[in-house]
Amino acid sequence: MRSAGIDIGSRAIKLVLVDEGRVVLRAVEDTGSDPLAVCQRLVDGVAYDAIVGTGYGRHLFKAHWPATEVISEIKAVAVGATTLVAGCRTIVDIGGQDSKALALDGNGKVRKFVMNDRCAAGTGKFLEMMATALAYTREEFVAAAGRAARAESLTSMCTVFAESEVVSLIARGAAKEEIALGVHQSVASRIAALAGGVPVEEPVVFTGGCAHNPRLASLISEAVKHPLRVPESPQTVAALGCALYGVAERR
Amino acid sequence: MSTDYRPMWKDLGLDLGAHDALLGVLGSLYEQTFTKQPNRPAGMSYFDFVMSEVHGLRIKELVDAKQTGRKVVGAFCTFVPEEIVLALDGILVGLCAGAEFATAEAEKLLPRNTCALIKGFFGFALARVCPYLSASDVIVGENTCDGKKKAYEIFKDLVPRLHVMDLPQSKSAEGRALIRAEFGRFAAYLEQLTGKKLTVDGLRKGIATVNAKRSAMHRLARLRAADPAPISGLDGLLMNQVYFYDDPVRFTGSVNKICDELEQRIERQEGVFAKGTPRILISGCPMAVPNWKLPAIIERAGAVIVGEESCVGERGTQHLTADQGRTLDELMDAIVDRYLKIDCAIFTPNTSRVEHIMRMAKDLHAQGVIHYGLQFCSPYQVEAGPVERRLEKEGLPTLRIDTDYGQEDVGQLQTRVEAFIERLRG
Repeated sequence: MRSAGIDIGSRAIKLVLVDEGRVVLRAVEDTGSDPLAVCQRLVDGVAYDAIVGTGYGRHLFKAHWPATEVISEIKAVAVGATTLVAGCRTIVDIGGQDSKALALDGNGKVRKFVMNDRCAAGTGKFLEMMATALAYTREEFVAAAGRAARAESLTSMCTVFAESEVVSLIARGAAKEEIALGVHQSVASRIAALAGGVPVEEPVVFTGGCAHNPRLASLISEAVKHPLRVPESPQTVAALGCALYGVAERR
Repeated sequence: MSTDYRPMWKDLGLDLGAHDALLGVLGSLYEQTFTKQPNRPAGMSYFDFVMSEVHGLRIKELVDAKQTGRKVVGAFCTFVPEEIVLALDGILVGLCAGAEFATAEAEKLLPRNTCALIKGFFGFALARVCPYLSASDVIVGENTCDGKKKAYEIFKDLVPRLHVMDLPQSKSAEGRALIRAEFGRFAAYLEQLTGKKLTVDGLRKGIATVNAKRSAMHRLARLRAADPAPISGLDGLLMNQVYFYDDPVRFTGSVNKICDELEQRIERQEGVFAKGTPRILISGCPMAVPNWKLPAIIERAGAVIVGEESCVGERGTQHLTADQGRTLDELMDAIVDRYLKIDCAIFTPNTSRVEHIMRMAKDLHAQGVIHYGLQFCSPYQVEAGPVERRLEKEGLPTLRIDTDYGQEDVGQLQTRVEAFIERLRG
């Protein structure tokens, strides 16, 4: 059977198609201001026997594609990560507007999860805004943090205050690379504090769009004192989890 | 035809335009949240009626009672002893604090990082939209959390009469002596206000009335232990909310009537949700009318709330007052003993609260606990950590939610709640 999983996130929409247990399609598009149109484009021409949706737009998607089954991002990412890394015990997931830490039982079952507060601190959106304040593109921002030998320290976790902190650091003549590294470090320590709410045990899997950022991955690994496993295509793990969940439900 | 209450509201000094706007929002929110629930007990029609007349008929009753010389006491807290108010032929009512109203005005007087409940009652007072406040002959402020304690210093200038009652922070002998003295001072204050004398008979009658009201709530709680749940958590919460507004004797009768109906439902294995629906206990900060945000999200996500460990819930109703005292002193002591048992987070330590949560979860067959903290409510937010760790250690899955009265985080809350229910389903 062909099972589709769609993850309608705040920054990107991800579609994964699984056929007889093998991934045959992975597609990612920016969410933009018309998520339904993006969903339509992604599923157009894709033949599937079952579809499972997740992400903040999951209920909106179901309203337009009523055959959809809906699961939470927590469950979706747990199923996806457990399939990619057998025996996965902990997941750190950083997306556009959410970050979360999950403790699993080794068989994909969620034992405990914690998520960020209602603010953007410790999310992809936070990194994006700081990159903009530093006039970097996403790639330049990561590369700059990689080059820096030391980090400026950022004390504020609030996106708005952190932005003005970045601006005043620039005004004081601080090196942009060092500010970039400082921003990464502040996110890493925020995530480590969040992960403190669940028991962190190996293997620890890092997923979500921000797992594409190798500098952030190494800093989080240091902060939680465990190696992180970053799967191939970490951004589509929840969508993959949805597709696999659809297969399991049909059995 | 509905009665025109506008002249009454005008006499009470309400801002009619703003008040109309409030009633409009409240009415449609109530409709969406309550009346569309499936399989509601028929007896809930009484509470629908009470809510539709919450600013109408009930206020008229208060105004009429005042004309016969009775006094109305407004309060914000379960620590205000209703027994004493009733003994002096007074009426105790809860005041509006469950919604954002005139927040910008409130923030002129309070820091922005004040909890929504305090900002809420300031907003209602400043915008002149709470008829209970206007109908009150005296407002009782109680020194519970720092936020309220300091806010009352400002609030006293917004209301004609504010009586501040001090409360201890620990349940020591000294703490007990303080609350005993403060209840005595409150009684003396009310004697002066009402021109009546506290008598043994009057106090006994007050105790009997309040005990009957609390016993009815205990009966309701026992029935909510059934699976399938005979009543929704939203309706259970609503009854706990109306507890603060309605005439106590009539309220008791209505709760008992619903309980009769629920007993029949249980016998027929009939419920509002299917048997086996995940069962959740709410614990934490009070939810005043119309704060139905989180319970609505939980029950729409496919779980049923079976109890509230909250001031608007079992923390507020759980103990009865001993009525055997033969003198005023003995009866006052019994009242103090009862109120000192409240597991409020202003006390240190407050270990009995987590024991109560576990007892409720066991009795009500709850599979998980959602801890509800109002943002900037330090006592409950700080306590949430140890409570969560203890419950998880005891095998009770717990989800901690911090939020306020705003609607902008509904999507995020939905995600957490749905994931938590998935966790309960296993």
